Amino acid sequence: MAGKLVTSLRDSVAEIPDGATLAVGGFGLCGIPEMAIAALREAGVRDLTVISNNCGVDDFGLGILLANRQLRKMVSSYVGENKIFEQQYLSGELEVELVPQGTLAERLRAAGAGIPAFFTATGVGTPVAEGKEIREFDGRHYLLERALPADFALVKAWRGDALGNLVYRDTARNFNPLAAMAARVTIAEVEELVAVGDLDPNQIHTPGIFVQRIIEGAAYEKRIERVVLAGASAG
Amino acid sequence: MDERRSRIIQRAARELADGMNINLGIGMPTLLADHAAGKQDVMLQSENGLLGIGPYPQPGQESADLINAGKETVTVVPGASFFDSADSFAMIRGGHIDLAILGGMEVSETGDLANWMVPGKLVKGMGGAMDLVNGAKRVVVIMEHVSKSGESKLRRQCTLPLTGQAVVDRLITDLAVFDFLGGSMVLVELQPGVMLDEVRDRTEARYTESASLVA
Repeated sequence: MAGKLVTSLRDSVAEIPDGATLAVGGFGLCGIPEMAIAALREAGVRDLTVISNNCGVDDFGLGILLANRQLRKMVSSYVGENKIFEQQYLSGELEVELVPQGTLAERLRAAGAGIPAFFTATGVGTPVAEGKEIREFDGRHYLLERALPADFALVKAWRGDALGNLVYRDTARNFNPLAAMAARVTIAEVEELVAVGDLDPNQIHTPGIFVQRIIEGAAYEKRIERVVLAGASAG
Repeated sequence: MDERRSRIIQRAARELADGMNINLGIGMPTLLADHAAGKQDVMLQSENGLLGIGPYPQPGQESADLINAGKETVTVVPGASFFDSADSFAMIRGGHIDLAILGGMEVSETGDLANWMVPGKLVKGMGGAMDLVNGAKRVVVIMEHVSKSGESKLRRQCTLPLTGQAVVDRLITDLAVFDFLGGSMVLVELQPGVMLDEVRDRTEARYTESASLVA
């Protein structure tokens, strides 16, 4: 088995060139590959297209790549938590493609599963449908959405092994398994690297075949966007 | 909570039934979570990958790995499950969610919903709303009847970009309840103390009145 294990953060992202398309896991700040994002900022690569449900906040997550002007385009479902995003979008520096969240997940999954396109009812009759083929099946209208492949994926898991098998924790799974499937080269970071054979095969979420590099991170910040505690009023 | 919102929430709570799998949208619909907890075997779905949302955590129990779709810390109920975003939206798009309750900016007389984009303001994105309105078995929209500037939010046609076309099954406002049947809008209930004339005055959309109301 050619080694997937990487020990230096810098090495883990060294092969990502300017202009690459990246699929990045996470929902809000939950389950984001914070080590790889920091390493990308350090590496300084530019003109990146990033496929990710959100774009972090001003000073954390993908927001730090925005602040450093490394992003050319975002493909996301919701980008409302970030002021720098707003400035760069309005000035035309940053291109944005808004994709319904379920369509985003399915486009990534399709790319990983060898499915070039699929039909969905999501977005029919809305601005999302502009320029897309509409077809009727069993009396209902659907629009054609294309798969969304990436050159590289950056994903974050709770535990993993040197073969790239990954286990996520709670809702930190979100888009990570789909990003891993969609990319030619997937770089996974884990909170805990365990020996091959220690993960129960019944419990593996992302089989190692979808992962090409794996690194154990340290000192995760794991910032919480909105701490809400019992007794608070909802909403 | 102001009285108008409270009225909407009280009425919307009656949409929840034992055994349902329900997705509550961000904002006002989240206020229904406490009502759902009082039902038997109701599971609340969070589109970021959780079926079985529990109460907010006790101090010290919050976890960065466990949040709802509004990015708030939550807990889980016994029997909850976690899954990835594709499975989550398979639940939504595949018709496995019994009820979705969403907020609205405008609803048209044919059941179109606009709730994601205000022209002239920065686009934030639709999140999972377009998937929910096309995929859930039943879509209930809750919103105030008139805007802050006094305009009817119940339109002949939506002026804002749509979230979905002919997707609303029921609309609950602080004045009334409407159903959408075969592409037309029917007034089916008045909120307590509201008269038919008041609804007529404040509604731009064309609707018929259920026979039980005008009798």
